[in-house]
Amino acid sequence: MTAPLIEMDNVERVFGGGRTLFGRQLPAVHAVQQVSLGVRPGETLGVVGESGCGKSTLARMVAGLDRPTGGVIRFKGEDLAAAAKNDFNALARQIQYVFQDPVSSLNPRKTIRAILEAPLIHLLGLKRAARRERLAELMDAVNLRAEFLDRYPHEFSGGQAQRIGIARALAASPELIVLDEPVSALDVSVQAQVLNLLDDLKDRYGLTYVFISHDLSVVESVSDRVAVMYFGRIAEIGPAMEIFARPLHHYTSLLLDSAPVPGKAVAVPEGESGELPDPYNPPPGCAFAARCPAADDTCRKERPPIDVARGTRDHFAACFHPPQSAGRDGG
Amino acid sequence: MSAVTEPAAAPPKRADRPDSIRLLLNNKMAAGGFIILVLMVLVALIAPLLPLADPNATAPANRLLRPMSEGHLLGTDALGRDILSRIIWGLRVSLAVGISATLISAFFGSLIGLTAGYVGGRTDTIMMRGIDMVMAFPYILLALAIVAVLGPGLINALYAIAIVNIPFFARNIRGVTLGLSRREFVDSARMSGKSHTRILFTEILPNVMPVIVITMSTTVGWMILETAGLSFLGLGAQPPQADLGSMLGDGRRVLFNAPHVAIVPGIVIFLLVMSINLFGDGVRDVLDPRLKSGALTRPVARTAVERPPGEPMPAADDNAVLDVKGLKTEFHLGRTVHKAVGGVDLKLGQTECLGIVGESGSGKSVTAMSIMGLVPTPPGRITGGAIRLKGEDLLAASDARIRQLRGGAVSHVFQDPLATLHPLFTVGHQIMEAVRTHQPVGHAEARKKARDLLELVRIPNPEQRLDSYPHELSGGMRQRVSIAMALANDAELLIADEPTTALDVTVQAQILVLMNKLRHEKQASILFITHDFGVVSALCDRIAVMYAGRIVETGPTEQILADPAHPYTRKLIDCVPVLGEPERRLDAIQGLPPSVADLPSGCAFAPRCPRAQEPCLAGDVALEPIAEGRAARCLFPLAGERGNA
Amino acid sequence: MTAYIAKRLLALIPVLFGLTLIVFLIMALIPGDPARAILGAYATPENLERLNRQLGLDRSMPEQYLIWLGNLLQGDLGRSYSLNRPVIDEVMERFSATLILAGTALVICSVLGLLAGIISAVRQFGWTDRIVTFFVLIGISTPSFFLGLLLILLFAVQLRWFPASGMYAIYGGGDLPDLIRHLVLPSLTLAAVATGVIARLTRTAMLEVLRQDYIRTARAKGLTERKVIYRHAFKAALVSVIPVIGIQAGFVLGGAVYIETVFQWPGIGAMLVNAISTRDILLVQGGVLVVAASYVLFNLAADVVQSILDPRLRR
Repeated sequence: MTAPLIEMDNVERVFGGGRTLFGRQLPAVHAVQQVSLGVRPGETLGVVGESGCGKSTLARMVAGLDRPTGGVIRFKGEDLAAAAKNDFNALARQIQYVFQDPVSSLNPRKTIRAILEAPLIHLLGLKRAARRERLAELMDAVNLRAEFLDRYPHEFSGGQAQRIGIARALAASPELIVLDEPVSALDVSVQAQVLNLLDDLKDRYGLTYVFISHDLSVVESVSDRVAVMYFGRIAEIGPAMEIFARPLHHYTSLLLDSAPVPGKAVAVPEGESGELPDPYNPPPGCAFAARCPAADDTCRKERPPIDVARGTRDHFAACFHPPQSAGRDGG
Repeated sequence: MSAVTEPAAAPPKRADRPDSIRLLLNNKMAAGGFIILVLMVLVALIAPLLPLADPNATAPANRLLRPMSEGHLLGTDALGRDILSRIIWGLRVSLAVGISATLISAFFGSLIGLTAGYVGGRTDTIMMRGIDMVMAFPYILLALAIVAVLGPGLINALYAIAIVNIPFFARNIRGVTLGLSRREFVDSARMSGKSHTRILFTEILPNVMPVIVITMSTTVGWMILETAGLSFLGLGAQPPQADLGSMLGDGRRVLFNAPHVAIVPGIVIFLLVMSINLFGDGVRDVLDPRLKSGALTRPVARTAVERPPGEPMPAADDNAVLDVKGLKTEFHLGRTVHKAVGGVDLKLGQTECLGIVGESGSGKSVTAMSIMGLVPTPPGRITGGAIRLKGEDLLAASDARIRQLRGGAVSHVFQDPLATLHPLFTVGHQIMEAVRTHQPVGHAEARKKARDLLELVRIPNPEQRLDSYPHELSGGMRQRVSIAMALANDAELLIADEPTTALDVTVQAQILVLMNKLRHEKQASILFITHDFGVVSALCDRIAVMYAGRIVETGPTEQILADPAHPYTRKLIDCVPVLGEPERRLDAIQGLPPSVADLPSGCAFAPRCPRAQEPCLAGDVALEPIAEGRAARCLFPLAGERGNA
Repeated sequence: MTAYIAKRLLALIPVLFGLTLIVFLIMALIPGDPARAILGAYATPENLERLNRQLGLDRSMPEQYLIWLGNLLQGDLGRSYSLNRPVIDEVMERFSATLILAGTALVICSVLGLLAGIISAVRQFGWTDRIVTFFVLIGISTPSFFLGLLLILLFAVQLRWFPASGMYAIYGGGDLPDLIRHLVLPSLTLAAVATGVIARLTRTAMLEVLRQDYIRTARAKGLTERKVIYRHAFKAALVSVIPVIGIQAGFVLGGAVYIETVFQWPGIGAMLVNAISTRDILLVQGGVLVVAASYVLFNLAADVVQSILDPRLRR
């Protein structure tokens, strides 16, 4: 097996906390806790979860935009947070980021040319002629005409704006791109265009993706491996096919049952509340226990460790009583 | 790769933005202010060149001459000095002081605001605490205290006015900067290798600049007034130098004998400040995009109906709960007309659930909101068609009748439950209000009903929840409250506009299950708006697919999903990844939907349609029945092909 | 709610300390020798030295501040040399007169401003809206001291309806009707600008709120337009207007400086102007401190009212 490009070891990110001037403890929220995973070169790791599960914080940490408060993230074996601190631009040449809201991620007062030239100037230090050439390449790569370069972002539709965002990320020829909900702000017909584009670019440039989304079907369609997050922790991680066919965590099962599929009636237990635990006062045991059909006292008292599932090498789940994996239809 | 020269790559239309200056001058008030201001500034600038008397030459013999006197157009003051000359020289001083003070406080205030807003954290806290401290003093009082320290004098007054205005700038600019620094384009610039300083000055500052200009234009008038005030009190300009304020102060001493000595400078200050304010308002309107788009016009209680007279009323359908025929709703923005709904027919039977599916801009929400006149006017208006509720023509109904139906026979559930519940009333209050608007019940009984409704939508601890505010509930719970409110008066028709779109997937499933169950319990008909075929199939009996303001296909849910007739429906189903089918390559629809302000002749989907042929572009395509209960707006429908294949 | 108010009161302490620090620093920064400034150019060296010691000016700055603060907490603000009486007595006497004037003006501008703003928003682009907009524009563009003079000329000199000056009722000698007669012109003048500002912001706030989704919900419930506007929209608009009223209190308190001078109202503003001209530093210090403290308290009250209206702020 190849060495992972990104390796997370017990990564934790706490927001808030600290003390006031008078030494009073401030409330803290654990956005990400005890996350360990690896991203191999050339693969797409999908990270799926609902709002507040910590997936965006995770994405920002991978790109060096945020730093873990505990644990370590290694990029090619080196501490990523330290690298970001030393020379952010060196890291940005290798890891790039595509943002969720394509319109808000483009400065409304800059032309597309200014936006796309920024990484060429500041990351690569290209001269004028080289920049012009590269700009043409980039626009071609994302199927946009070169004459758009002198337009302003408000003149573009969401899908076009997102392609500009992708071109900006590609500009410095990174190895890894973090895609933070890249299609969730787009209309479905445009969403498919962008997903197909991302797929083409990956093949063409040999990219590695970390793909964050709340949409299971989108994650399933793009990912080699999937991590399911709940309440700041990884509930389950493994090959996409495995996860979707034989979920080993009741939360994953619930997600799969909840996803609306054309031609299928929604069948979820009716008593299910959908409520998350209070982040300021997290439960001692499994965070999902209150919603879980299989929860018992152990689940409520102890936190299930994340463990490799029997009979597999790379399918991990954090559950004391995993669902009976009779195999699911589809897949 | 480039073989995909798709229509999406067609150059987007350049929004014709009228040149800002022209926009400003179109505003009559602002233009008037601008002209007065320019005149005053010009006169002040060329004062040394004008044939004016020496402003400081006293002539006791000629004291207190009335205006229009020989050689003294505006009369003389208590020392016999020519008022006209003093006014013009005084105007010069006042303008110079006011503008310099504005520039000084704009510079320092913006610098503080930008730094505090961008750096955040402790720097922000310390800086803003300091600013708060300064703002804890009444504005003029602080200026007085500063003058007390520095001693009276014009320059000291200028400093005082500039200093007391710094917090005002700092606060405004910080607020805007803070908002901008959280925007994704800042992170995006960071990922492009820009340093923080560079981001602050090349990414954020250009966006903050309009706010700085707006703040300047609204404060410069103030600053002129305040400097005049200090001079009026004798703390600003010292004799013999005069500014407008000190002239007014001088005039006050002879107010009863020679009022013109005070009135003339007073009027000049008024004119100056008013012209600046008018001009400033104009500048703000041009630079503030919220105001530009006319966003601040008040929507009236009910959508305007402007059906062309003499248009034949389409025949009514007796056994339908809701019967919409030829509905047209338009938005008039400036000179462009957006035909958001361009002739929609809908029919909803007893206890039936109809799903309207479409992408954003397809007109699905506008259709739904038109029914009870909830499309905001201005800019929206219904320009044609008929809407009948159990045979009653809603477009012709009185406002009182519509109010009676709203929340009564017809109720609504909207998309974002946080925005659609009033943040300042408890959920109990809001539900009780819905009950008591339509039922003659007392407070206690209404509260009991509200409690029962919360129980009905399966909210735990309903009694306690009645006293919760919307922000204290989770998104799913809030949407349950909205549903409870919609069920308060046993509605016959429930219009649900993307009720689950803002929710997480597991919560969405809960809401869908709940709605499905209540629908059968309550025997209500539902009009369900969504963009998601998965959601539709969980709930709806029939589907209507909308594209560019019209229905392109309608029929029973299973049939449409299994065997769509319109190429758009087919594409829309195929371009969405389906859970359990990861291997499928998504069949993207190339290009973008047309703008409803500029629809092509013929089929609106033709430019993106793989099956489009000559006749598709030629003329209007009608919605034709293709099978029992099914219709499609297509000359070359697909239906049956898949079955044959 | 009680907890919230208690928290706000606690948070007030550092603000008030900050105020004293700023006031102290401003006065400490006065260039030259304060003793000479107080005693004048002809003071004897012995007198200067004695005053310096008396004022504690022979000590270090922090020490001086602590001594000053200690005295302040005991209600001792020093002695005004120009009036030859304790500063605190003079300030309190004057402040009560200002409070009557400013309080009246504040009530007038809040009521008129809110009313005009709502009407203007509801009748957007109608005649009422235009008339209100016109008066608002005049209100915020006219210097209050000029408006005062105009009112004096018209109502006191020409029409002789109200007195132009000479308010002594507070010190006895006049009754309530007399006080009111004296109050009319100055309070109206003082309220003019603030009325304009409040009306303008109320209009904007109402228009903004009326576009919110929850107003559509209220209409979808079948509420009458009256309820939609005066209950649902007005309550939400009020939340954003109340801090503006708080800020206007500062302008009204500060504006009293001009109005009291114009109408010779025996308030703290007129006192401050005189004190600055006569370089009576201790009097200025005391006056500024009291007005600033009252402004802070008023803003606290505005915050509390706001949080009563808006549960989201009670945290």
